[in-house]
Amino acid sequence: MTVRQLCEKAGFSPVTELNDVEVNGAYCCDLLSWIIGRAKENAALVTVMTNVNVIAVAVMAELSCVVLTEGVILDAAALEKARQNGVAVLSSEKPSYETSVLIHNLLGK
Amino acid sequence: MAINMRYVVDGSDFTTAGEASTAVKMKLKKLGIAPDIVRRVAIAMYEAEINMVIHAGGGVAEVELESDKIIIKLIDHGKGIADVDLAMREGYSTAPDAVRNLGFGAGMGLPNIKKYSDEMHIDTEVGKGTTVTIIINLQ
Repeated sequence: MTVRQLCEKAGFSPVTELNDVEVNGAYCCDLLSWIIGRAKENAALVTVMTNVNVIAVAVMAELSCVVLTEGVILDAAALEKARQNGVAVLSSEKPSYETSVLIHNLLGK
Repeated sequence: MAINMRYVVDGSDFTTAGEASTAVKMKLKKLGIAPDIVRRVAIAMYEAEINMVIHAGGGVAEVELESDKIIIKLIDHGKGIADVDLAMREGYSTAPDAVRNLGFGAGMGLPNIKKYSDEMHIDTEVGKGTTVTIIINLQ
């Protein structure tokens, strides 16, 4: 499933431009070194962290997208960095657990 | 023929932390280095770069691309590491609260560097600084 399809099917709101990068799973965490050390390539990152470093981690670890939960708002610096690096950021009103379950079910895993 | 890259890491700004790693990642990609190697370099170097910003007020990153390996040196003149074995332990961190609020300070930085590199060396002296050397083989 692509980031665009995930966003549509899950009812997330796009924060930055959508793309057709493949999503192959999800990793739910708010600690950056756990994310960069454990998240698999092309995973969707489910988090409430909104600072610029989250985007840097998504770039370094080659994650497919960032899904912000609980309706949190991305920092201005993070938004700029996400746009510069072509990182798709999606927004979910649901908590991280429910958002992760939703992605899991949509991916059929 | 070896390719050398050198970057100054600004120690005062968390919004620019990771710029050196980003630049190296893009350069290696452009040079046609295998994607899994590029990802490992990016992760290991990013962790080391963040460490320099958190603990040492910045420093210098030197990257040497040889025919069979990539050598990354992160050189700082910060306070040094008193107990390297303890610093290598997962979950151990001396990062301040302000840094933890940004999502760092989980005590996973050095363990992650070790995990994603083929060789890692820490040369440190309390009060003088630290040089972290990361070696990643190209095959």
